[in-house]
Amino acid sequence: MMNTLTAKKGFWGTLWEYLTTTDHKKIAHLYFFAGGFFFVLGGIEALLIRIQLMFPENDFLEAATFNELFTMHGTTMIFLAATPLLFAFMNAVMPLQIGARDVAFPFLNSLGFWLFFFGGVFLNLSFVFGQVPDAGWTSYASLSMDSSGHGIDFYLIGLQIAGFGTLMSGINFLATIITMRAPGMSFMRMPMFTWTTFVASGLILFAFPPLTISIFLLMFDRLFGSQFFNVAMGGNTIIWEHLFWIFGHPEVYILILPAFGLFSEIIPTFSRKRLFGYSSMVFATFLIGFLGFMVWAHHMFTVGMGSVANAIFAVATMAIAVPTGIKIFNWLLTMWGGSIKITVPMLYALGFIPSFVIGGVTGIMQAVAPLDYQLHDTYFIVAHFHYVIIGGVVFAILASTHFYWPKMFGRMLNEKLGYLTFAFFFVGFHMTFFIQHFLGLWGMPRRVFTFLPDQGLDFGNLISSIGAILMGVGAVILVVNIIVTTIKGEKVNVNDPWGDGRTMDWAIASPPPVYNFKQIPLVRGYDTWWLEKMEGNKELPPSEPLQDIHMPNGSIIPIFISLGLFIAGFGAMYVPSNVVGDGSPWGTVFLIVGLVITFGSMLLRSLRDDLGYYIPKKDLVDDVDRGGKAI
Amino acid sequence: MAKDIQYRLKKNREEMRIQFISFGLMAFLTIISFLAVGLGFPASFVIPFLLLLAIIQVLFQFYYFMHAKDEGHEFPMSFMYGGIFTAFLMILAFCTIIWW
Amino acid sequence: MNLTGKFTLQNWPDRPEIATQEGKNKLIGLWLFLGGETVLFATLFATYLALKNRVPDSSHPLTQDLYSLPLVFAMTAVLLTSSLTSVYAIYHMRNYNFKAMQAWFAITVLLGFTFLCLEIYEFFHYVTDFGHTFRSSAFGSAYYFLVGTHGAHVIFGLGWITGLLIRNAKRGLNLYNAPKYYCASLYWHFIDVVWVFIFSVVYLMGMV
Repeated sequence: MMNTLTAKKGFWGTLWEYLTTTDHKKIAHLYFFAGGFFFVLGGIEALLIRIQLMFPENDFLEAATFNELFTMHGTTMIFLAATPLLFAFMNAVMPLQIGARDVAFPFLNSLGFWLFFFGGVFLNLSFVFGQVPDAGWTSYASLSMDSSGHGIDFYLIGLQIAGFGTLMSGINFLATIITMRAPGMSFMRMPMFTWTTFVASGLILFAFPPLTISIFLLMFDRLFGSQFFNVAMGGNTIIWEHLFWIFGHPEVYILILPAFGLFSEIIPTFSRKRLFGYSSMVFATFLIGFLGFMVWAHHMFTVGMGSVANAIFAVATMAIAVPTGIKIFNWLLTMWGGSIKITVPMLYALGFIPSFVIGGVTGIMQAVAPLDYQLHDTYFIVAHFHYVIIGGVVFAILASTHFYWPKMFGRMLNEKLGYLTFAFFFVGFHMTFFIQHFLGLWGMPRRVFTFLPDQGLDFGNLISSIGAILMGVGAVILVVNIIVTTIKGEKVNVNDPWGDGRTMDWAIASPPPVYNFKQIPLVRGYDTWWLEKMEGNKELPPSEPLQDIHMPNGSIIPIFISLGLFIAGFGAMYVPSNVVGDGSPWGTVFLIVGLVITFGSMLLRSLRDDLGYYIPKKDLVDDVDRGGKAI
Repeated sequence: MAKDIQYRLKKNREEMRIQFISFGLMAFLTIISFLAVGLGFPASFVIPFLLLLAIIQVLFQFYYFMHAKDEGHEFPMSFMYGGIFTAFLMILAFCTIIWW
Repeated sequence: MNLTGKFTLQNWPDRPEIATQEGKNKLIGLWLFLGGETVLFATLFATYLALKNRVPDSSHPLTQDLYSLPLVFAMTAVLLTSSLTSVYAIYHMRNYNFKAMQAWFAITVLLGFTFLCLEIYEFFHYVTDFGHTFRSSAFGSAYYFLVGTHGAHVIFGLGWITGLLIRNAKRGLNLYNAPKYYCASLYWHFIDVVWVFIFSVVYLMGMV
């Protein structure tokens, strides 16, 4: 038999492999490029918004187009860019950090990706149809019920499909961390990124069902004639706001916690010092996750819930500053006295701390309910959440792109271009958003397509727009960097290209072989790989003899399950009872056909046994250069 | 070996007996709650009473019928309680601050 | 380990559902899913409670006009019994008694189907006799969405168990399908858990 590990594949072979893969490392690539694509798309939308706001009374965009663009910018960035990009790193790194050969449910992992992908494509097809969602990324029912055309339906169905995928991935990561840890990898020896993946996945598990339901409520109202949000029929639009934020607030922690985890890997690596206060970091992560479910109504202070409710949610919100503060001080104290090496990822980490603190402090300001009445719906809010999301999440993603690129793709990204990206992006980011705090305080409302001249807003907006262009330049340099590296970057031939890796992912080849670890390692302590290096070991101690390795089969079925929902989504949009009034019986037909494809594929998957395959031991012994734990 | 099997069958039978008793209790709780409503007790008594009985019954389902009392269910149950906590917060909010 | 091989009572593990890594993963995964389902149903309950008896005018029926205790009691009895029968099925699975397991699961399916028929009758009764529909009021929307989602879970559970019964009828019990049976039974119990709250919170509390 041919050695399955070294067989060469052509273009179509590679494509087929990616379409059917259940390998967490390949799925990470898929998440990275799909998420990266949507990130660029969302970035272009942001640039268009900033060009429109560059000058007072600009007519670059129409008001309606402006609404569509800021809606799509927010939705794309949160659901289709930030989350998948973090999932890319979770998939690429987390199983390696705990010494596993794959995730608990490789098939679900693939299904999760394809659902996200088809959901994202569905949402963005709204541009092709010319009916784009325009009620903001929060899509409050009182606005979205009145939105003409199918824009909101694209939003609802696209997010529903993508949301199923995210929920599945969350369950998958949780199960992986619970059941697949290598011998000796106790919970309090897990790397911080694994911990934050765990807590963020727990948040996904509890936060996405409310989103699923709220989307169903609005979908039923718009497409099937129900009355949830119809006040005349006894409905209540506030229900949407609550449900959206019961999901939406944990969602920002779903984004920021993995970002914290990534920085908790990068900072100790380049300070060459153990993470300060590991157990307090774990505790703080849990506390943030826990409190994250009790603060949603701080997005709704001005709804008029009453002073008691506002007070409770204000206090709970302020409490989150404590665990976050613990984390900030731990990072600072990790660097304190360390032997700091400045690299691109470390530079982002250094930029992250002050930027994120600014975002955190303005968050506390908004937690003060009376002040929030002033700040609500102004550019102050816009500045705040961009400081948190860009200063936290995007910096983490960019840092990790550089940090984990050799582990994911076997090549180092160009260091010089990396510095250039950082310089443009960091300066551009602060230019864009710092001034927006003041624009907000001076009275500029968010989500309005233009402003009048000579009201003190002209110069600030100009600065802000120039900053956005600088960020765009930074992003373009990163894309160029990736292309150049892929074409002629030097291959990394070592396991630990940064030289200071601490966790198990740095103990195996870059990129790792399909089975990750030839022998599942024995974990002897926190910072597993660092510990072994300090004792002069060249590799991790094995916990099992060299034996045949069981691997999951690939499958094309996830694409068909997702495609079925995609078709059903189009059908649902044109059912006869839809609120737009352009439905036809064909809509119902497509809805049924799509669901038949989905459930038929699921049935097919259930009826056929899938026992996986074995990589025989003799292939492994021959295969020394593929790394892993070879004798 | 055979003795081992005998022990296992006996242990399983014993467990099934406990399952059946818990079914009896659950049926009893169900009947009580229907009676409490059917006999027309005041709402201030019936509503907390119904909730209490429902919670007890659900705990029986979890710990006996769904075997959560067996070892290896620490994670499942901690996540169930996480879900229940979220559920509680949400329902509390929807009963207090949706209409005013 | 040979997953699909034949077993005897002698070499059948004490807890077959977690004898393999796949089984352990499936069990944890399903429990986590149920944790998410808890929140999902909580959202539906919350929506229902917020919109309970919210109707446009007094011509619409309210909870006390609609619900009838005998029907709900019958549905509850059927579903609770089906929960017990699936416990019996798992008991026989652990004793490696394939035929008895299949039989008890078949009874579970029959009871579940009975429940479903009662529920369909109930909905039909509300629609035709009271004009209480999914579109007639916010109350109607919330009621049918909550109880209907539970009904959809019953349908899915019936399909799941039936599929397992048919797929494995000829080849018997092994370590590949034992976790699947176990997970299906857990799912079925969870459906009963949700029903406990539906009959308490929707029906009984709707009558007081």
